[in-house]
Amino acid sequence: MPNHEINPNNWVKLYSDYLYNYTITRVNDHEVAQDLISETFMAGLKSMKNFKGEASERTWLISILKRKIIDHYRKINSNKGKAEVRVNFSSNEDSEGDWLEERVSDPHNRNAETAIENTELGNAIQNCLGKLPKKQAHIFEMKTILNYDTETICNELEITASNLWVIIHRARTAMASCLEKNWF
Amino acid sequence: MKKTFLPCEEANIVCDKSQYSEASFMEIIKLNLHLLYCKACRTYSANNAKLSQLFKKVKPATLQADQKNKLQKEIEEQLKKQ
Repeated sequence: MPNHEINPNNWVKLYSDYLYNYTITRVNDHEVAQDLISETFMAGLKSMKNFKGEASERTWLISILKRKIIDHYRKINSNKGKAEVRVNFSSNEDSEGDWLEERVSDPHNRNAETAIENTELGNAIQNCLGKLPKKQAHIFEMKTILNYDTETICNELEITASNLWVIIHRARTAMASCLEKNWF
Repeated sequence: MKKTFLPCEEANIVCDKSQYSEASFMEIIKLNLHLLYCKACRTYSANNAKLSQLFKKVKPATLQADQKNKLQKEIEEQLKKQ
């Protein structure tokens, strides 16, 4: 079994986007997601000694993050009253006496569906990115998702432009075949 | 790239570049010329465009740079303490 090493200085660069995407689909709140990731990193640092190198860093961090998300829901639900759903008649005078049913959301509103599809696609993309070699994934992400200039990437990573395009080409081919099954 | 007829590898790279609107005018002409007679590259181009569409449709959620810097600082401080 390959022994994985741990290097906290690279955590933000390598995993923060993955962790954020993982969290945001589960808590749906930017601030909360950010806090949870920060807590995850802190917890990870504290228990670095316990990292045996059997799993990859990312898997290990995700397992901590999962705990943090569960804790988060425990905390907000401990005050039971907050979780209760109260249905009131409208206090708005114009719609006084209207049937409650009329205030139910429009079933033909496709927003929710589109949102779900987008989260799923987001997950699928992150998943496929995870399967690429680290360097490819990193460059592809910088170029396609963060929209960095070719020049910026080349300077930062000290590679030539033609080198960059070859890497992008490999990444795109791999991403296409990975996403092909469900999304093309 | 002085050749009029591009080999497939170069045509594919030009196709990638054009997905980020970074291909030059001449390159695009040469690419289209190549696509006229190369079926494999036509398929690749079509798939490549679809891939770009997917990425346009959904911006995978990412953290802003300053938030990342904040996280990085937190980690560095914690490391010093240990």
